[in-house]
Amino acid sequence: MSIGKNNIILYIGILIFGIAAPFLFPAFKVQLSILCVLIVLATTWNIQGGEMGYNSFGNILFYGLGMYLCASVQVGMFFPLAEWTESGGEKTFVHTPVQFFQGMAVGLVVAAVVPTIVAGLIGYSILGLRGHYFAICTLGLGVAAGEISGGIEIIGAGQGFTTPPFPNVGNLESRGEFFYYLSFLVLILTFIAVRGIYSTRFKLILNAIRDNEDKAEAMGIETMKYKIVGWMISAFFCGLAGGIMGGLVGYIDSTDVAFDGREMGVFMVLMAILGGKGTLWGPIIGATVFHIFKEGFWTFFLGWQYVALGVLIVVIVIYFPEGIMGWLREKYPQRFGEVIDEKDRKAQVELK
Amino acid sequence: MDFMVFQYPMISVQACLDGILLGILFALIAYGMALQWGVMNIINIAQGDLVILGGYIAYFMYLYGIHPAWGVIVSPIIMYFVGIAIYKLVINKVVDRDLFISILATFGISILFMQLMNFAFGADVVLANSDYGTTMLFNSNVVLPNSKIFSAFISILFAICLVIYMKKSRLGRAIRATAQNARAAKILGVDTEKVYAATFGINAALCGVAGALISITFTIHPYMGLPYTIRSFMIVIVAGLGNLPGVAMSGMGLGVFEEFADYILGTEFRIGSVFLLLVLILVYRRFKLSRKREYLK
Repeated sequence: MSIGKNNIILYIGILIFGIAAPFLFPAFKVQLSILCVLIVLATTWNIQGGEMGYNSFGNILFYGLGMYLCASVQVGMFFPLAEWTESGGEKTFVHTPVQFFQGMAVGLVVAAVVPTIVAGLIGYSILGLRGHYFAICTLGLGVAAGEISGGIEIIGAGQGFTTPPFPNVGNLESRGEFFYYLSFLVLILTFIAVRGIYSTRFKLILNAIRDNEDKAEAMGIETMKYKIVGWMISAFFCGLAGGIMGGLVGYIDSTDVAFDGREMGVFMVLMAILGGKGTLWGPIIGATVFHIFKEGFWTFFLGWQYVALGVLIVVIVIYFPEGIMGWLREKYPQRFGEVIDEKDRKAQVELK
Repeated sequence: MDFMVFQYPMISVQACLDGILLGILFALIAYGMALQWGVMNIINIAQGDLVILGGYIAYFMYLYGIHPAWGVIVSPIIMYFVGIAIYKLVINKVVDRDLFISILATFGISILFMQLMNFAFGADVVLANSDYGTTMLFNSNVVLPNSKIFSAFISILFAICLVIYMKKSRLGRAIRATAQNARAAKILGVDTEKVYAATFGINAALCGVAGALISITFTIHPYMGLPYTIRSFMIVIVAGLGNLPGVAMSGMGLGVFEEFADYILGTEFRIGSVFLLLVLILVYRRFKLSRKREYLK
C-alpha cells in the first residue's frame, strides 16, 4: 500500500492542514470535528469489514456505550447522576472549568476502556458466527442496546441526557476549537494505530481469516484470538469517538444519537465501502467524500435526506462495491505496485 | 420487574392466547422470508417495511370508508406489483452476489421506504378499526379481540393456500426446482429470472396480507418495520428453511415470549427483548455447533 514515495511530505502536509483547519474554515469547526469522528469510525469498521471479512453492524454498540459512559462519568464524578438527568441537567448543577476537563479526561478513558472490555467479553460468542449471521446478530445487538438504554431511568430513559455544557473559558470560539483538536488527536492516534497494525503480521492474519478462515485455522493460526483482538481495537477507538461526539452534540438520546444504527451504524459501513474496503486510505477518502455529500444534501434537500441516503446506499452497493480505491486500483495498477503482464492482459481481452 | 403474570394464572392464559394469535401472524411473514431466502438466497431487511406498507393500504381503505378487512384482498394484489418493481429495479442485480451485498442493498430500500412512508402517511401511530368486538372466555377473565382471531384465521388460510399452490401449480413446481438447484432448473428450461421475480412478488404479497391484518389488530407506524424483519429472521433460523410446521411453531413461541416479556419487563423493553433474544439464539446455536467444530453458515 503505497500512495507515492513522498509519504512523509504528505503526512506533514495533512498534519499542518489539520492543525490550521479551524482557522482556515472557522465556520465549519463542528463539521470538521464530526468529519474526524466519521473517519475514525470508518477506519475502525474497516478492520472488521474490510480486512477481516466480518461485516459488522454492531460497532455502533461501542460508540453509543462510549457516549453514555463519558457523559455519565463526567457528571457522576461531581454530582448525583439521577438528579442531573431528572432536572434536565445544567439548570441545577454547574461544572467549574477544572471539573469539566477533569471529568472529560476520566470519562474518555472510561469510554475507551469499558467498550474494549465489553468487546473482549462478548467477542468469543459473537465472533463465532460467520457471514450474514454475524451481520444480523450485530445489527440486533446494536438495536437491542438502543432499546434497552432507552428504558433505563438513571441515564435519562426516553427523554434523553444533556451532557455538561462547555464552561466559560477563553472566548466564544474555544468550545469548537477544544472539540476539534480533541477529535483530531483521536483521529491521529487511530491512524497511527491502524497503520501500525497494517504493517505487521497481524494484518496478514486478518486477511487470511477473510480469505478462508478454515484454511487459516488449519495452518495453525488461532483465528478466534485474532478476531477478538481486532474487535477490541475497533471498540477502543469507537468508544473514544462516541465520548467526544456526546460532548460535541451536547445531548444524548438512546436511539437517535447514541445507538443510532439507522444512521451512524450504516454510515460507517457505507463510508468504508465507498472509499474501498480493505485499504488504509479508502475509509478516510470515503468518509470525507460522504461527509461533504451528506452535508450538501442535508442543507439543500432538507427533509429528503434519508430518501437520498437510501438511494445512495443502493446505488453504491450495487454499482460501486469496490469503492474509490478499488476503482483507482483498476485504473492505475502500477501505482499500487502491481505488475501487469501485457501478454496475459491481451489474452484476457481476446477471450472476452 | 413484575411477576403478577405468575400470581394470577388467568393473566398467563391471556398472555399465551394473545401470543399464539400474534405468533401466527409472525409465522406468515417469516414464511415469506424463508421462501425468498431459500429460492434466491437473499435476506431482505426491507421485509418489515413491506409489511407496514401493506398495512397502510388497508388503513387508507378504512379512511375512505371501506371496511379494512377487504384490505386482506386488495393489499396483496398491490404489494405483488410493488414486489415485482423492487425486484426489477434492485434485487435482480444482487441475486448472484455476496449475501452481505443483499443485506446492505435491502437495508437501503428499508431506509428509503421508511422515509417515503413517513412523508406520505405522517409519523402518527395509526390503526384501522374493524369493529369486530371481543370474545370473553373463562368467566370473562380472558378477553380476546375478535380481530385477532380473524387475523389468525386469515393467516392460516393464506398459508394453506400458498402451500397447496406451491405443491400443485406449474409456477410452484418451478419455484421449488429453482430452490433446489437453480443451474439445473435453468438447463431444464425454467426461466429462473421469472421465477425469482414471482418469488419476490409472492413474498411481498404475503407481507401485504400480514400488514393489512396488523393494521386491523395492532398499530402501524412508518418506523416499525425493522422489528418485523428481525422477528421473521429469528423464526426462520430457529425453524430452518422449508420447514413449514417449524415456522408456525416457532412463530407462536416467539409471540408467547413477547407477551410474557411485555408483562414481566414492561412494554418499553418489548422490542429490546426481541432483539436480545435473536442475539441469544444465534449465540446458543453457535456454541451448540462449535462442539462438533461446525459453524452456522
